[in-house]
Amino acid sequence: MARPKTSKAAVAAGKNDVPPRDQMLDWYRSMLLIRRFEERAGQLYGMGLIGGFCHLYIGQEAIAVGMQAIKRPGDQIITGYRDHGHMLAAGMDPRAVMAELTGRAAGVAKGKGGSMHMFDVEAGFFGGHGIVGAQVSLGTGLGFANHYRGAANVSFTYFGDGAANQGQVYESFNMAELWRLPVVYVIENNQYAMGTSVERASAETHLFKRGVSFNIPGEEVDGMDVEAVAQAGARAAEHARTGKGPYILEMKTYRYRGHSMSDPAKYRTREEVDAVKKARDPIDHFRERLEALGYADEAALKAIDADVKKIVADSAEFARTAPEPDPSELYTDVYL
Amino acid sequence: MPAMNMIQALNSALDVMLERDPKVLILGQDVGYFGGVFRVTDGLQKKHGLTRCFDAPITEGGIVGAAIGMGAYGLRPVVEIQFADYIYPAYDQIVSEAAKLRYRSAGQFTAPLTIRSPYGGGIFGGQTHSQSPESLFTHIAGLKVVIPSNPHDAKGLLIAAIEDDDPVIFLEPKRIYNGPFEGWRDRPVSSWAGHPQAEVPAEHYVVPLGQAAIARAGEAVTVLAYGTMVHVALAAAAHAGIDAEVIDLRTLVPVDIDTVTASVRKTGRCVIVHEAPLTSGFGAELSALVQERCFYHLEAPIVRVTGWDTPYPHALEWDYFPGPERVAEALRNVLSGEVA
Repeated sequence: MARPKTSKAAVAAGKNDVPPRDQMLDWYRSMLLIRRFEERAGQLYGMGLIGGFCHLYIGQEAIAVGMQAIKRPGDQIITGYRDHGHMLAAGMDPRAVMAELTGRAAGVAKGKGGSMHMFDVEAGFFGGHGIVGAQVSLGTGLGFANHYRGAANVSFTYFGDGAANQGQVYESFNMAELWRLPVVYVIENNQYAMGTSVERASAETHLFKRGVSFNIPGEEVDGMDVEAVAQAGARAAEHARTGKGPYILEMKTYRYRGHSMSDPAKYRTREEVDAVKKARDPIDHFRERLEALGYADEAALKAIDADVKKIVADSAEFARTAPEPDPSELYTDVYL
Repeated sequence: MPAMNMIQALNSALDVMLERDPKVLILGQDVGYFGGVFRVTDGLQKKHGLTRCFDAPITEGGIVGAAIGMGAYGLRPVVEIQFADYIYPAYDQIVSEAAKLRYRSAGQFTAPLTIRSPYGGGIFGGQTHSQSPESLFTHIAGLKVVIPSNPHDAKGLLIAAIEDDDPVIFLEPKRIYNGPFEGWRDRPVSSWAGHPQAEVPAEHYVVPLGQAAIARAGEAVTVLAYGTMVHVALAAAAHAGIDAEVIDLRTLVPVDIDTVTASVRKTGRCVIVHEAPLTSGFGAELSALVQERCFYHLEAPIVRVTGWDTPYPHALEWDYFPGPERVAEALRNVLSGEVA
């Protein structure tokens, strides 16, 4: 059984293979779409058009996008409440996602789910879960269903550094390895569980080692580097897809905004946030890489920016003007 | 006397108890360094130290289980579960261990812990940040269940809960942390400033468990409510122009049935209001208790106004929330006899 690897070895292993131009430009567009969409969601929240809870994915874009690159038809995605970015990466309609945020009938869950509770069967997106860590066991069950049906599909099960301390995560790890289930557990370690840093909540802060006592291999990945994410994701998916059982990827990342819209983020300094933005921003760095590779010049990148802006403006306008669900919807989808 | 909102009053209760009793300690997610997601524990770690108020990982089952062990060996832990919707992983520990420890050990061991948790809707939290799970706890022998409706009671009841030798589930209606929400979705939000029950003594005092309060005396109909719904019921009575007697239960277990009985025997009518769904809600228990004790005094069927038997929706929140219009309609119906 493979032991947990360190990030440097893992990254060095595949860094030479530069993905094709079209794929790289796709990643750029997808990351930018998430960034701009989330910025607009934040604005709509400020205007009172989105109510309640709203957890933005800004800073973590490379993970959802890089992992999406290795997802095959029939594979599943399941995550927690910071879910908008995953849905956009999975190709869900930005209009339907934004309209769910504003609680409109045209939202992916008819407006009844809201920010944290979205699903899309066609995208293989199994939610959108508001209870921290609860989706980890569900993702394990998705893996079981793949196994049982003899499908070569993988369940990509995402959770955060905070959720990594929930007991059911370890119950799930044990079952997944015991039954050799095709599950890739992706820990998005953005360093803070709401206001509590990893160091203040975890005895072992290297979360990729959390599978050791279950014999699940794990590796640490630079979650701000979309290429590194895709490469590690490919290794993990291959492991799971070929019957070797689950795999853990710890994505080291950072969220730029507060935990939710109501979080003043007083538990960290502005300097800390600025330093990460400057040194590790997944989009800025990738833009430079595209230019260095000769994959895109400034004009091409600007055209993508303009296109993304248009999509986001359209989704916001749609979400602002679409009608609210009819009160008769209160009682639909409770039972068959 | 200082004016406090509910958050400040709860903070004051915790502060007073940390000061008075070295056996009291606070643990939960984000309660220490961050001061709590709703700021209820703000400043307590700084003032009382890391060993008295500290952060726990996101592991509700583990937190509550550990707190039961602390309690069994003489400490008085106060656990914060960040949202009542997060309490279910700890339900096993609460139901199988905390509630039964005294009984199972023939009184040798107790679990004197208090579990605080913000609950209820009206904040667009959707399915997993709005629920009212009180009846899951009132159903369990060995637990006490407390729900305050204003800053003064919140402090006095929390102190009583911490000093109580049995496990107490202390549910805080988060919609009224900052002001007495009456349920009108389109009216400006009011704060606690100037409200008589926002006058909160700075020092130690107790509001005893098991004693209801009469929030409004009246003759026409008795309204039983708790938490946010006390304010909705008061607004509904005013809106309908009906001389209702609004009883704030304050403690669900043990319930102050004497106050309830005396009121219903006087008015002959009873409306029960809660935000939790109808079926098997605490209103069902109240209805049975009233019927058993007041049957020959009743002049109309007992009516319940509650959340619907659905998950809490994100959109349609105000169609779900049993607001003053719905309560007022129930009041008019029990008076006119037009009850289905």
